[in-house]
Amino acid sequence: MSTASVSVGELQPSGRKLRQQRSERIIQFLLMIVATSGVLITFGVVFALVRPSVDFFRAISIGEFFGSTAWFPLYEPPDFGVWPLIVGTFSVMLLAVIIAVPGGLAIAFYLSQYASDRVRRKLKPLLEILAGVPTVVFGFFAINFVGPNVAAKIWVFSDVGFYSALSAGITVGLMIMPMMTTLAEDAMAAVPRSLIEGSYALGATKRETCTGVIFPAALSGIIAAGVIAMSRAIGETTIVLLAAGSTANFSFDIGQPMQTMSSFIGFAGLGDQPTGSTGYQTIFAVGLLLFVITFFLNMLSRRIVSKFREVYE
Amino acid sequence: MVEDMSNATISETTARLRQSGSVVSVSLSSDSHSAADNSQNDLIMQSVDLQVHYGDFLAVRDVNLAIHKGEITALIGPSGCGKSTIIRCFNRMNDLIPTAKVGGKVFYKGIDLYGPEANAGEVRRRIGMVFQKPNPFPKSIYDNVAFGPRVNGKPTKAETDELVERSLKRAALWEEVKDRLKQSAFSLSGGQQQRLCIARALAVNPDVLLMDEPCSALDPIATARIEDLMAEIKSDYPIVIVTHNMQQAARVSDRTAFFNTEIGANATRPTGVLVEYDTTRNIFANPTDTRTEQYISGRMG
Repeated sequence: MSTASVSVGELQPSGRKLRQQRSERIIQFLLMIVATSGVLITFGVVFALVRPSVDFFRAISIGEFFGSTAWFPLYEPPDFGVWPLIVGTFSVMLLAVIIAVPGGLAIAFYLSQYASDRVRRKLKPLLEILAGVPTVVFGFFAINFVGPNVAAKIWVFSDVGFYSALSAGITVGLMIMPMMTTLAEDAMAAVPRSLIEGSYALGATKRETCTGVIFPAALSGIIAAGVIAMSRAIGETTIVLLAAGSTANFSFDIGQPMQTMSSFIGFAGLGDQPTGSTGYQTIFAVGLLLFVITFFLNMLSRRIVSKFREVYE
Repeated sequence: MVEDMSNATISETTARLRQSGSVVSVSLSSDSHSAADNSQNDLIMQSVDLQVHYGDFLAVRDVNLAIHKGEITALIGPSGCGKSTIIRCFNRMNDLIPTAKVGGKVFYKGIDLYGPEANAGEVRRRIGMVFQKPNPFPKSIYDNVAFGPRVNGKPTKAETDELVERSLKRAALWEEVKDRLKQSAFSLSGGQQQRLCIARALAVNPDVLLMDEPCSALDPIATARIEDLMAEIKSDYPIVIVTHNMQQAARVSDRTAFFNTEIGANATRPTGVLVEYDTTRNIFANPTDTRTEQYISGRMG
């Protein structure tokens, strides 16, 4: 059987097409480098945290770190019990979440289901402005307004001073509320229109549709939003540094000043700790603990999200 | 001719539909399109000069339809002729589209659905709807069926159990799901999901069932099951069905309305019109309008 004779290069690209194919490969390579750099940076961060932390735990035992409730690492003689920072962190975080999650959800429901187009077009940019306010401004808002006018008035169980975990927590909650709103609204917008119509077609009211159909259908996204809000609250430094005072107080009274892990790092990391000193290494040990806690929260949220995820169609 | 619905029926349904309010005296305009044999006593719904705008666009105009008890009424016609728009006027689903404007009247047992006596939620409770694609809620099979009764009252656990079982039996799904009521509705096949949606609609005991192309996402076997089901329940639940499938209309319906599109004098987009409404037998065997004849014989659309 004879075939028409074909020159060897017949099925190979040439000229402009050849150059295009080469640039295709270069682009693919560059994109791969960018994509892997994210992973490399994470490893770099962990490495930078772990090395000084290892030195820290050579000097101070893990038993002392988690076994004591006194935190005076920069004093003489120092105390390295980290519990005051953990309690402070979770106090501020819980307060922030209590403010931001219900508030953000309510705003998201209003914007996505109740507000008219006109109202929505006006409100959304305002929320975005709120999301763009620098945290240091929120910090001053906490000191000048939230502390004296809100925290001091609503907390009747103890005397609330100038600095308090309550004032910091409320303000952090306000700070992360726009983000919570946006994420929750996205989750609600992803609920198929056919489900919402199905609910109305059974005679359900708007509220019944929101609580009975939209909320459960958007639940995985809402939980993910809540966990991201939580992580933001745990990591927030400036507001807490300014509004909660810098006293590592082992107390469950949120009317008292407290120090969180991140605000300790912000406070101690100003540069007056000599490199290599135990005080310097403390910063990294606390940073590592913070990293581990947020890491586990993220893992937990992935678990929860995949458990609640509903696939449509 | 002017018909007065029996006053007793009107006041009874008015009271049930919405609190107090004056009883409307209903005058139905002469309906040249409706079948000759309609006896007014078994009318359950009627549209009079119904038209719908989306913004400035007139989507469908001058629809005069009468829906009878114990019957399946099919709406057929080419794409864009306004069938779905019309069926969505019958339970006020068009309220959910901000630009939609409904003109004319739709009467349900003599009450204007768009008048002050009618509350949209109560209208939809009484006039159920099944959609094009099965749309079960992301809940268990049981909770899907129980959703309607729960939002329309506070049934006890025993009442709900009984309602769920009855509705699923009615929708010919009970035998397939009775051992897994707590499983997610998404675990069902497409045809089962659609029957679940029918069960969900029946659970609130509607007076009319609207079906907007209920089989368009289903295979022929699942379609046949739905069609059998429709024939079974039509004596209790009159059905209005929109379908793209003329054979389906011919198989299941008692009356057929044929819609077509036309471009109005100053319009750029086609508007839907009701061409002919008659018994299914007449529409398919003996249409009076040439457009109907062309459409059903496959020369148009």
